[in-house]
Amino acid sequence: MSAALDVAGVSHRFGQRAALSDVSLTVERGHFMALLGPNGAGKTTLFSVITRLYNNQEGRVSILGHPLDREPSRALAGLGVVFQARTLDTDLTVAQNLHYHASLHGIGRAAARARIEALLARVGLAERRDDKIRTLSGGQSRRIEIARSLIHAPRLLLLDEPTVGLDLESRADIVAIVRALVREEGLSVLWATHIFEEISPEDDAVVLHKGRIVARGRAGEIGGPGESLEDAFRRLVAAPDKRTVRSAA
Amino acid sequence: MSASSNPTAASPVKSVPHAGRLDAVGYLIALAGIVRRELLRFFHQKERFFSAMVRPLVWLFIFAAGFRNTLGTSITPPYETYVLYEAYVIPGLAVMIQLFNGMQSSLSMVYDREVGSMKVLLTSPYPRWTLLLAKLVAGVSVSIVQAYAFLAIAWFWDTGIPPVGYLAALPAFLASGLMLGAIGLFLSSLVRQLENFASVMNFVIFPMFFASSALYPLWQVRASSEWLYLICQANPFTHAVELVRFALYGRFEPVACAVVVGTGLLFFTLAVIAYDPGRGIMARRGGPAGEAA
Repeated sequence: MSAALDVAGVSHRFGQRAALSDVSLTVERGHFMALLGPNGAGKTTLFSVITRLYNNQEGRVSILGHPLDREPSRALAGLGVVFQARTLDTDLTVAQNLHYHASLHGIGRAAARARIEALLARVGLAERRDDKIRTLSGGQSRRIEIARSLIHAPRLLLLDEPTVGLDLESRADIVAIVRALVREEGLSVLWATHIFEEISPEDDAVVLHKGRIVARGRAGEIGGPGESLEDAFRRLVAAPDKRTVRSAA
Repeated sequence: MSASSNPTAASPVKSVPHAGRLDAVGYLIALAGIVRRELLRFFHQKERFFSAMVRPLVWLFIFAAGFRNTLGTSITPPYETYVLYEAYVIPGLAVMIQLFNGMQSSLSMVYDREVGSMKVLLTSPYPRWTLLLAKLVAGVSVSIVQAYAFLAIAWFWDTGIPPVGYLAALPAFLASGLMLGAIGLFLSSLVRQLENFASVMNFVIFPMFFASSALYPLWQVRASSEWLYLICQANPFTHAVELVRFALYGRFEPVACAVVVGTGLLFFTLAVIAYDPGRGIMARRGGPAGEAA
């Protein structure tokens, strides 16, 4: 069976500046992969290429076996995204926001209704269905965005630093919800972050720095003996223009 | 946090009937959803509705009343008798609502891009041009609601518009709204930040409105300046106004219709190119902060 996400040799330039250089990674079905990188490493650019907001200038992206350039509709239909920026309509209610997103994927109101109920229950916000988004906390909005990203039953979920700006408890909630989806539903996840507490030692991980992948493997094995992931990360991103990829796999 | 172990929760990844259907029915569902969102947003923003109504009414109440004698009236097609100046400006003011609305939609596209909801729209699996078309139709739906609300108030003036004219004007409003919306959509791809909207006002809305037949018949303009007359003739807004004006009086203006439809198609095509991930603005200057030079 094809991988949930296959990124092969992707490069992206903004004018003269290379934002991504020869990036390759594979998210296996049912796996949680952490995409680690400091601010400006190219995480958001990579997400924009995978979600087809930017054209794929060089290299190849396949989602669930569908090449993004040749079968964009099929590829995007299997993909759920939580963007870094908040993208809910704050003047509309939770249900109105979710119905809007369902329609973007061709799901009619009747079919969407039961699903919205189920997803809101899943993220623990069933009782907020008819409240306006502006009355929710940051963490609650994020949980709604996760529910939204699941409406069209995607098999691959992309989350771009979903816990930025949240308090500890909300962060833990978000992580727990997404991990349960991987464990119980077999969802595949690519999770961009620079917060180490969100990563388990057994997760797949890649470290992106200055548009290049500088390390990959099991999160717990990226560091050397006696070295934590955080220390390894600091060492990797401190090294100027490190070209060789360290593999722990 | 017990959400993830909630026993009532259904499987979120279990497929739903029609999820991700990519046929015409699916697209119509998407179109309806996009239009619905635009209308919901519009009705939630009471002040937007209010200001959209106040602008043409100020023109009608004050400007038209004041200039009634100065500018006089005229027998110019489609009118068969002398009409009051107020009656003359009403079609132009109705289309002015659509002009402002088209630019307001363009403003909201720039805003959507800044806050990211544009990204959400563009990750829909439907072809990008169909999403932009849906966005356009959504904006036009709002503008038609506004234009008819204005016509309902303007009914109290002696406009001489026959009842059937209100019906006949609907396709004309649709065409003019699509054209103005397409111009706005294209402009939204050029305007990078919300702050630049003031220049859109200065360089697009005002020249289009004043260099048109909205406020005065073009023969009057010609009497003053042949050049200005030609500019007004070349202005697609003039043709939008005339299309609606003729339709309101139950007549069809083929030249105006051709110009409006042609201009709409041209700008929509340009907008689709501009929003193409490979060629347009998203690729050229849409880089995320810190990652793009």
